[in-house]
Amino acid sequence: MSEVILKVKDLSVGFERDKVITGLDFSVNKGDVVAIVGPNGAGKSVLFRALLGLIPHFGQIEWARDLKISYVPQKFSIDKELPLSVEEFLKFKKKKTADIVDTLESLGIMTAKHAHHSEFHLQEHILKQRLGWLSGGQLQRVLIAWALLDNPDVLLFDEPTAGIDLGGEETIYNLLKKLHQERNMTILLISHDLNIVYKYATNVLCLNKEMICYGTPSTVLDPSSLAKLYGGEAGFYKHDRHG
Amino acid sequence: MIAMDNSLLLQLIIGILIGLSAGYVGSFMVLRKMSLVGDALSHVALPGIAIALLMNINPFFGAFTALLLAILIIWFLEKKTELPSETLVGIMFTLSLALGLLLTPEPELLEALSGDITKVTFFDLWLTLALSMVIIWTLKRIADNLMLGIISKELAMSLKIPIHKINFIFLFLAAFIVALGIKVAGTMLTGSLVIIPAAAAKNISVNLSQYSKWALIFGALSAAAGLLSASYFDISPGPTIILSAGMIFLGTLVFKK
Repeated sequence: MSEVILKVKDLSVGFERDKVITGLDFSVNKGDVVAIVGPNGAGKSVLFRALLGLIPHFGQIEWARDLKISYVPQKFSIDKELPLSVEEFLKFKKKKTADIVDTLESLGIMTAKHAHHSEFHLQEHILKQRLGWLSGGQLQRVLIAWALLDNPDVLLFDEPTAGIDLGGEETIYNLLKKLHQERNMTILLISHDLNIVYKYATNVLCLNKEMICYGTPSTVLDPSSLAKLYGGEAGFYKHDRHG
Repeated sequence: MIAMDNSLLLQLIIGILIGLSAGYVGSFMVLRKMSLVGDALSHVALPGIAIALLMNINPFFGAFTALLLAILIIWFLEKKTELPSETLVGIMFTLSLALGLLLTPEPELLEALSGDITKVTFFDLWLTLALSMVIIWTLKRIADNLMLGIISKELAMSLKIPIHKINFIFLFLAAFIVALGIKVAGTMLTGSLVIIPAAAAKNISVNLSQYSKWALIFGALSAAAGLLSASYFDISPGPTIILSAGMIFLGTLVFKK
């Protein structure tokens, strides 16, 4: 029996008349990868904000004691003109360059220690670059690095692959899987992509203002609950990957 | 002693100190897309100056009180709504200008509008020295958190950064520098003293430390070049300071990153 690290009881968010989320009950064990799925406007990002204590809510949210929680919000767009280098951005979170290099290395971003000559330049290039000049995939990796810098126990990730091409998407999920396996990290992620959910999640929470289902992907992602979740239109195989 | 009061050296020291802090505060105003707010703020100061003149106290304190009121309103609006507060700032700006024009005694009006650093005193020097040091030191302390809030409010909040408090401190610093800058550039031109050096610095900087450094340098440089040329041609320094900043901006466009 795994250790429970998050218990949510009768969670509601919003005003009396206009509830964004109602009556959510679930719990997360250490080392779970929980995917939160649901249509647009279902309250997925709102749930994250409530779990982080950024917005007021009703009901109970109980995290285990002394957890370090890292969060990467959705729609993270950086102004191309913003004068801020990748290194400066990462240093907002952790001051030591050695830690930053270690983390980037663990994410498969080349560093000076192991790289060949040409790749050394590549790494130098990434740290000294403007944050706003990175490609979608690079930016997402830097954000994951940001989230991992203080060795969190829990990672909350809102749409990890929004705006990333298919190849990059696969890489990022493999990365998350690796983190999960190597560090036994608990990961909560919001995803639109049911293929990904099937492949990587240990648990699925189907959310459409209220909880439609919760359990392992193979038991809960059946046609009838999907129909209920997405209003009868989306089948598993037909689901639009970029929806 | 009276000759010293009006000396070019005194003007230069005060001008450069104000230029430094205006450049630094401006660098974050530009990033927060508050360029026009800075401009409007300087006009809000006018009725404050008028009331101070009527009450026979140092106009700086009148300007600062009016600005403090204005930033409280802006801060409250930023906190309560996600909307850019430009409509209300626009209304506030024209209303204050109208009120200021009515209240300011005629002889002082031109001075309030275009500034007159040639009338500075030693008291102004100490006030400027103390305030610029407070402004630069404080801004340096909150710079990282301020920047994080500019990148993503949610990211900053998830790190438990008191974002509203940081924003308030920043607006407070903005009110200080605008009140100080009015002495040099007047209410009409102070907005540019805050914005142009920072915009020029942004053109040539890849990272934050370069950006802050260039904003400070360009602010000081604009003030020095403007004061020296005004003294040389025997014209009003407010406009020449802003024109110097404008020339630096044009120059940086050539090296734009």
